[in-house]
Amino acid sequence: MSTTSHSTVMLRRNVKHIARNPTSVFNAVLMPIVIMLMFVYMMGDAFDVGVDYIDYATPGLMLLAVCYGLGAAATSVNSDMTKGIINRFKVMDVSRGAVLTGHVVASVLTNLIAIAALVGVAFALGFSPAASFLDWLGVLGILLLLAFAAGWLTVALGLAAKSPETAGMASVPLVMLPFFSSAIVPADKMGPGLREFAEYQPFTPIIETVRGLLDGTPDGTDAIVAIAWCAGIALVGYLWARSTFTKRA
Amino acid sequence: MTTTAIAVSGLRKAYGDRTVLDGIDLEVQAGTVFALLGPNGAGKTTTVNVLTTLMKADGGTVLVAGHDIATEAKAVRAAIGVTGQFAAVDDLLTGRENLRLMVDLQGGGKQVVDDLLERFDLVESADKPASTYSGGMRRKLDLAMTLVGDPRIIFLDEPTTGLDPRSRRTMWAIVRELVADGVTIFLTTQYLEEADQLADRIAVLDQGRLVAQGTADDLKRQIPGTHVRLRFTTVAELDAAARVLTDATRDDEALALRVPSDGGTTSLRAVLDRLDEYALSADEFSVHTPDLDDVFLALTGHHTEVAAK
Repeated sequence: MSTTSHSTVMLRRNVKHIARNPTSVFNAVLMPIVIMLMFVYMMGDAFDVGVDYIDYATPGLMLLAVCYGLGAAATSVNSDMTKGIINRFKVMDVSRGAVLTGHVVASVLTNLIAIAALVGVAFALGFSPAASFLDWLGVLGILLLLAFAAGWLTVALGLAAKSPETAGMASVPLVMLPFFSSAIVPADKMGPGLREFAEYQPFTPIIETVRGLLDGTPDGTDAIVAIAWCAGIALVGYLWARSTFTKRA
Repeated sequence: MTTTAIAVSGLRKAYGDRTVLDGIDLEVQAGTVFALLGPNGAGKTTTVNVLTTLMKADGGTVLVAGHDIATEAKAVRAAIGVTGQFAAVDDLLTGRENLRLMVDLQGGGKQVVDDLLERFDLVESADKPASTYSGGMRRKLDLAMTLVGDPRIIFLDEPTTGLDPRSRRTMWAIVRELVADGVTIFLTTQYLEEADQLADRIAVLDQGRLVAQGTADDLKRQIPGTHVRLRFTTVAELDAAARVLTDATRDDEALALRVPSDGGTTSLRAVLDRLDEYALSADEFSVHTPDLDDVFLALTGHHTEVAAK
């Protein structure tokens, strides 16, 4: 059988896993919405960002939605590894890539559902982007790229971790990163040190790209930096995942 | 039929500077059961991992189903089925879905799934998640999943460790059925009884080397049979008893004597009468059937590090 059909079988399996695990659905889909409600209703009025806070925060929260889905992916890859299921697939005549691709694609799909739900709630809260159809396509593209890159990195983290618990912990930095970016408040309002970190970490250019697209004023430089970060993360994640997968028995 | 299913020569494997397999040679004829017997840490699982292409060997050649594991891993994988030491079933899927997953990956139809559920007596729980299964059921499901592709060579790594006696017997019956169908079985075990019950040939693995190889009868000739164990309170008593029971072997450390016996009442009475005659009394008296530890003591001169239960 071909890699594609093996990947489809694996994807179907991973989607079943996610659907049967209410905690992971909650974390991936509801948590970003809860955080959105928290920031927009509780704290939004306290931040002066020059525009409606919901318009400012939505792009960053979209990235947060991607990150919140990763914990589940790390845990499920790791439990496959530690419970011997991956070894079962390895000694079958199953394409090596399919197992990992299945996890990455399932993670990307969860992210898309979470983003769709989040954007739906944002519109209900008065989100009014100025983006054209093409801009929206750009947003979708960059988010897919991020979801794909972060998915590979998470799969690698999950494979390398000793237990499902540590795998869950390993994805925490990815969940925290958006908070230390321009997602919630502009980087130039942060204290020294943190401000520089926020300006140069990968999430800021990605968020600024999405923000620009949604405003209808896309910024080419941000986009190039964002795409470069995503490509780099994807490559590192992919290579790391492949080598861990081959080595660990 | 006398074709060779598995041929291993000079197999070596080390983790860093710790040698785990130190030159293993063995041959398994097609359609037979081969048991690799050894205590925990002897290298049994490593051997299975190497033979099933999960790990790369550091030296030696291995042919499985006529294919070299180093250069034709894909062909080897297509020919074998592996059930590892811990049931590799998907807990979130039901029994039926687990089997379905194997069918989707390897080909076959709905009939294969139904037949296997029937054969392994899993029909009733087929639609419950595997996480609710007992240890014995998980092993059965695991083995059923292994059988989906109808492999002709099956590796079973400690298939009954941790199972209750009833599940163990069920597992043995399944292995016998497979052999009757002409399947070759390579199993590892730490139970002498299991190897004795199932295997045509047994190899004893100790610290990465094979210390004995042959049929169960060959091995039994080399190890002490059933014997009576007498434990004494003092060395003086032990000495006195050893002089009286001349065919006994001494274990000075435990202040014990082992006296060959068939375990029957006549021979037991004879031993006791002899002690009585010299007014000797043992502190403890037990009838002992040989276990893995005896095999090791006989073949290697040392006990297993982790005593077999």
